[in-house]
Formats: sequence, C-alpha cells, structure tokens
Amino acid sequence: MGSTKFWIVSFIVAVGFLVLTRWLIGNEYYFFAAYQVLQFIVLATAWNILGGYTGYTNFGTGAFFAVGAYTAVVLHKTTSLPLPVMMLAGGVMSGIVGFGMGYLTLRLKGVFFAIATLALAIVAQTLIVNWDFVGGSRGIYVIRPQYAPISGSYIQYLYSLMLALTWISVAIARSIERSTLGLGFNAIRDDEQAAEAAGVPTLRLKLISTTLSGALMGMSGAPLPYYVTYLDPASSFNLSYAVNSVAMPLIGGMTSWVGPVIGAILLGTIQQLATVTISSALNLLIVGVLLIVFVVIAPNGIVGLVQSRRRARRR
Amino acid sequence: MAISLDLLVNAIVAGLLLGGFYAAVTVGVTISFGMLDIVNIAHPAFIMLGSFVAYILNSNFAIDPILIGVAMTPVFFLVGMAVYQIYYYAFERRGEESIQGLAFFFGLLFVAEVALILVFGVDYRFVDAPYIGPSLHLGFVDLPLRMLIPFLVSLLMLAVLQVFLGRTFIGRAILAVSQDRLALQLMAANPSRVKRIAFGISIATASVAGALLIIIQPVEPSIGRDYIGRIFAICVLGGMTSFPGMLAGAVLIGVVESITATFYGPSWAPAIAFGFLLLTLAVRPAGILGR
Repeated sequence: MGSTKFWIVSFIVAVGFLVLTRWLIGNEYYFFAAYQVLQFIVLATAWNILGGYTGYTNFGTGAFFAVGAYTAVVLHKTTSLPLPVMMLAGGVMSGIVGFGMGYLTLRLKGVFFAIATLALAIVAQTLIVNWDFVGGSRGIYVIRPQYAPISGSYIQYLYSLMLALTWISVAIARSIERSTLGLGFNAIRDDEQAAEAAGVPTLRLKLISTTLSGALMGMSGAPLPYYVTYLDPASSFNLSYAVNSVAMPLIGGMTSWVGPVIGAILLGTIQQLATVTISSALNLLIVGVLLIVFVVIAPNGIVGLVQSRRRARRR
Repeated sequence: MAISLDLLVNAIVAGLLLGGFYAAVTVGVTISFGMLDIVNIAHPAFIMLGSFVAYILNSNFAIDPILIGVAMTPVFFLVGMAVYQIYYYAFERRGEESIQGLAFFFGLLFVAEVALILVFGVDYRFVDAPYIGPSLHLGFVDLPLRMLIPFLVSLLMLAVLQVFLGRTFIGRAILAVSQDRLALQLMAANPSRVKRIAFGISIATASVAGALLIIIQPVEPSIGRDYIGRIFAICVLGGMTSFPGMLAGAVLIGVVESITATFYGPSWAPAIAFGFLLLTLAVRPAGILGR
C-alpha cells in the first residue's frame, strides 16, 4: 500500500472508529480510559521514530510531553486560543527542544545520548518547578471550558482530538518507514559511520528525527492540562511516561509502525484494567516487569515473534 | 545579595563533604559503566535497596548503619553477579547490548522503585546512630558528623578499591578487561568471568553507599532517580575509568551544588549536575582529567 493510500485508508478507519465509539458508548469513563491509551499510542509511535528507526534511545519522553503540557498552560493563561492551536504550539515548542537536544548531543553515541536525555528531563523539570507563572512545584489548576466546541461532552472532545493526533502520528510513522528518509534513519541505526561514508547526511537526518519525535510528544502533552485539570511538575514529568514509551515499542516491536501501536494498546489497556481493579502503583510494576521479560526473552517484540514464526512456517 | 565569607566557606566545606559521599555513590558506576561498558542505569535502585536494608536492620535491631552497609556487601555482591549473569546471557552474548540492554536496566530501576514504594510507601525513612546530630566546630566552620563520617567512610572505600584493583590478581584482571577485552581473550582468560566478579563488586559498593545515603538524609524510594544524572555526570566528568578523576568530579559537583543551594535555594540544585553533564558531554566528552 502506498503512503497516500495509507493516509486515506487510516483516516477512514479513524473516522469510522470515532463515529462508532461515540455512537455506541454511553459511559464517559471509557472515553477517559481510551484517551490514555491513544495518548500512549502517540507517545510510543513518536518515541519509535527516534528510538526504533534511528536507533537513539530517548529516556526524556516526560520532558517533551510536559513541555507540550506547559505550553498549553501558558497559552491558557495568556490567550483564549482553541485547543487544537495549543496542540500545534505545544508541538512546535517540543520540536524546538528536540532540535536543541539533538544539536547539543550530536556527537554522542547511543548510551551518552540516552543519559543526556535523562539529564534534559531533570533540567526542564527544575526550570518548571522554579517558574511561578505556571504554578511552580505547587502545580496549577486549569479550568475546562464549559462547553466543547463540538457536540458531546468535553472529554469526548479531548478523545476525538487525541484520536486525530493518533491517526496523524501513525500515518507519519508509516510514511517515514517507506521513504528515503526512513532508509536514512535505518542506515544511521545500523552503522552511523558507514552511513556517513556512503553520503547519508547523518547530522541533518538525526535532527529531523529528534525534532519530529519531540514535536509529536509535545502535541500529545498539550491537552493534558484540560484532561487532568490540575497539573504539577511531579506528575507531568513522571518517569512512567518515559518507561511506558520505551516499553511499548520494545514489547510491540521496533522495526515497524505496527509495533508501538500493538505495544501501546496492549500495555495501555492492561494498565487501565489494573488501575481500576487492583491499584495504580501496581500497574507501573506490571509495565516494568513486562519490559524486562520482553527484552530478555523476545528482544524483537511481538512483531518479531510473529515474523520469525511466519518465516519458520515458510520453510 | 552580599556574599558573606563564612557562609561561602561553610558552603564549600559542606560541598567537599557532599562530594566525598557522591564518590561512594559513583564508584560502582565507574566500575560497571567506565570499566566494563555495562550501562547500569539501575545503580541508584541498588543504592536505594542498600538504604532500605540499613533502615530495616537499624530500626529493628539498632545496629550501626555503616556496619550494616559493610556487612551486607557479600549479599549485594551475589545479587550483582546474578544480574550480570542475566545480562550476559540475554544481551552480551547475543551482541545486542545497545537499546535492549539499556531498556533492561531502565526496567530494573523502575521495578525496584515501584516495588519499594509498594512495600514501604512514600514516607521518608531515617536511621539512628550516635553521630547523627552533633557537629564539630572549627572556628566559624561547621563539620556535621552526619556528613563527615560518610565522607571518611567513602574515601576509605575508594582507597580499598584502588589498592584492590592495583595490587591483586583479580583487580588487575578487571583493569585488563577494561583496557582490552579481546587481548584478554587471546591470553585464554575468560572476560565474562572477570566481568561477573567486577559487576558484583560494583553492586556491593551500593550497599555501603546506600547506608551512607540514609545517614546523610531521610530516604524515600523515588529519590534514587535524582542520583542517576548526578552519578553519570560525575562518572563522565571524571573521565570514566579513573578513581582520582571520579573523586575530583564528585567534589566539583558537590561544591557547586552546595554553593547553589546556599545562595539560590535548594530547588535549583538538582539541575546543576545535569547541566554540568550536558555541558561536559557537548564540549568535552573525555572528562576533565580525560586523555
């Protein structure tokens, strides 16, 4: 399937899914939970553009996510822009952060890059904690508009926006995978020096990768203030975002766009179920344990397992 | 703001003591990351475990926390060997050390933290010991024993490790692994056995470091995270493999953090180490004393 065709087909699927869910589901809670799962699909897909395609591990998902969220908070306090515009703005801000981080760490290979992203998250968090305008360490209350701009409740509106963003991210990831850009990313992942020697503009591609990945994470963070209505640094910079966005592509499979989607749906749903039925601390334990088990036993994720089984059957 | 001299001197002295303690926290990573090329970002989690072991034994049996830290090193050593064994079979042997190995330790860090929260909750825990509380006074300089004792223990541990690496057969083998793994294999030695022992030692230091940590400050499970950046900042600043370089990096970070906390407020302190790390990585990846 060509990329244009995929954009159209996935759009139809997304719209169909949206209409169907909003028509069939009456309970508000399900939209609340589905929003979380969709948000994780976006985060995992965005992470995978840098981590899976380009081979650079980012542990700073929380930072990009929170930059998006806090951009929305600033805009909320100073302007009355509609939420989709805030999401774009959040994406731009996080994209800039991603670009800056890429630029600062260009010469670093794998491990150092990963540690630098962890460092970035803490620096960003410290800045927010000391910035009183957005609430500092006390956090800030964000009051939702009373009515959603489209029919239905506000949470359904947030859900629809996140579904749209999910469609965009997945389609972008799929398009990259089949393009020369994606080939360039893969070349960097497999052997950066060889790629450089073969004329791949590694520097530029890495910057594109960090910027794009950061921007998508920021966009998914922008609606967060309206979703939780109370935002504080400790929860928005939470390490669990980083763990989830690393775990989901690893569990699903990092080489194709399907992997992060499968991983996010699987882990996201398990976590929602565990939060409701057992406890919210335990669901994080589940993610961590699954991550460890998968990297040890199935390093290529679920997609890798399916592929190797198919290959075995063909023989 | 007028900077008063005795405040500054006190901040520097406190930073020196803090830096000495940071060296104890970092030495394990200098061994595992610097010498063995194993990116153990879960090291702070082992330090947390050390702190909580010290807390449990101290609050139940009133044993001295440092004594506990030292006495528990064999247990931590075995745990470290076991972790390395998993790491070796799952990643190193397959040659998939990069993303998967990193994610393995990341997961380990996270699981340990959440498990500690599930068992102990997020309350701050502390230990009792005679040296927590009183201070020495030299003129206008205060030396809290709570900081001084960990500082001394840390330096002692560094010295012991330094002698061990330089003088004993196993120690030299570890250095050999860090310098050239292939050459060691050609000498018919088994690098993975040496690495297993070395990784065990690196985790064993976390037992002592954890005990020192809970003497210095009350501990709750998630503060380990703050140490990830600090540890790697110090390790990289110090040029990865050398203990003296690492100590210099630790003292530098300690002093800068302490001065920042004194004059600008403690909420800025966490960013210092990370800022340093980002700068070092960007400008001089070989570290201050690097080659």
